[in-house]
Amino acid sequence: MTPALAINGLGVVYDDFTALDDVSLSVAPGESYGLVGESGSGKSTLLRAVAGLAPVSAGTITVDGKPLGQKRDKAFYRKVQMVFQDPYGSLHPRQTVDRLLLEPLAIHGFADTQARIVRALDEVGLGSGFRFRYSHQLSGGQRQRVAIARALILEPSILLLDEPTSALDASVQAEVLNLLEQIRAARNLTFVMVSHDLAVVTHMCDRLMVMQGGRTVEELTAADLAARRVNEDYTRGLLAASEGFRRSA
Amino acid sequence: MSALLNVEDLSVSFPTRTGVVEAVRGVSFTLGRERLGIVGESGSGKSQTGRAIMGLTAEHGVIAAKRLEFNGIDLLKASKAERRALRGRRIAMILQDPKYSLNPVMTIGRQIVETLRTHEPVGRAEARKRALDMLAAVQIRDPERVFGLYPHEVSGGMGQRAMIAMMLVAGPELLIADEPTSALDVTVQLDVLDILNRLVAERGMGLIFISHDLRLVSSFCDRVIVMYAGRIVEELPAERLSEAQHPYTRGLLNCMPQIGADRHPLPVLDRKPEWRT
Repeated sequence: MTPALAINGLGVVYDDFTALDDVSLSVAPGESYGLVGESGSGKSTLLRAVAGLAPVSAGTITVDGKPLGQKRDKAFYRKVQMVFQDPYGSLHPRQTVDRLLLEPLAIHGFADTQARIVRALDEVGLGSGFRFRYSHQLSGGQRQRVAIARALILEPSILLLDEPTSALDASVQAEVLNLLEQIRAARNLTFVMVSHDLAVVTHMCDRLMVMQGGRTVEELTAADLAARRVNEDYTRGLLAASEGFRRSA
Repeated sequence: MSALLNVEDLSVSFPTRTGVVEAVRGVSFTLGRERLGIVGESGSGKSQTGRAIMGLTAEHGVIAAKRLEFNGIDLLKASKAERRALRGRRIAMILQDPKYSLNPVMTIGRQIVETLRTHEPVGRAEARKRALDMLAAVQIRDPERVFGLYPHEVSGGMGQRAMIAMMLVAGPELLIADEPTSALDVTVQLDVLDILNRLVAERGMGLIFISHDLRLVSSFCDRVIVMYAGRIVEELPAERLSEAQHPYTRGLLNCMPQIGADRHPLPVLDRKPEWRT
């Protein structure tokens, strides 16, 4: 079966800083794949490289068997959409929710825009009462729902999620994670999700990659991680750290 | 034991164009030389509680309390100058993100020296020595080098250690830490907490640890206060967190994804209007 997303020997270099060095992975259609690591591990850079937002210096990226060139075409963005970390920074402050959701539809020449906007808002549990609000009139969780609606409105098959819940409160995080799972099941979407939180990634993903300093540390399944079947000390350290503080003395 | 801090019926409100926002509503607790955690989500009033004790509430905020005493000093009646003398010297505060709370145009060493010399009549050489000792105490390997660096030249973990050093250099009796590790990576988080833990124990300080992370707080503190919508909904010893009674506390504990627990979908909080009262 052709993987939905295949990355081979990917490298990203900013001036003389290597952000990503020889990373390869393959994600099957309908799979949910996680990337975990600390700041500077290259996990977000990898997502941005797929979306065409980072300068690729080596390696190849293929989506549904089609290699991607330097410039992404419109068809690519129909298929691949991204949700960013900070819902406060990723929505235009002077546009209403309606205007925000209309933009991708206009770019891609959809006709039945009204119906689609209403449906997209319903799908993320907001209802049309939110349609003519500005983003500053929404809470963090509601904003992230709008960002998800904006990504879904083009009916993509792959969703790139860059720390979608780390700016949210724990209870709101649970709601947004549930929403994402429910949408993935309903539309058979492929997820690639970045997070610094091992628990979130094991909850959401079937397989995951641990990264450090722009390189792969190891690739494991969520079941392996839950059963503590890890090979690398670094992953073990991350696991221990995610269990909370222990008083040494 | 006489308490270090007595808070009785504290309320903080902000008049706005659309009405009065009550950020803190009737919070009471006492603190000895112990570690107290205040937990809650955004908007629960946990940070405003800390700021009111510190005397850093925004100018237009209104603070009222039956009692707000630090070591027998009535903080409500204290003049601005008296508050200023307490702040930094006897009550210190660590903020969330070193990127924004350190002075970007001053070297780390100078900032620590400035804090010390504001509060104690020490000479330049002595101040420098104490700043270097303090940097060594927060486990910075090369204090001489870090002393001369600007905040943008150090990592987040290093910046947060520098801030702890700056706050502890004058030897405060009460330390308020407002989300001190939320901006840091998990592994660095533990190092910083370890340092904080050791210094608080060694110096016998009282600590108020404010955080949204219930698990982290309970593993670090002796006692935990849970706040919701400006009120305390529950107070309990940290080791008995699993026996929490209030549905909000239980909901908060429950909604976090856990490694190894296969719960789909995650339980979500069903916020009840009666929790607010």
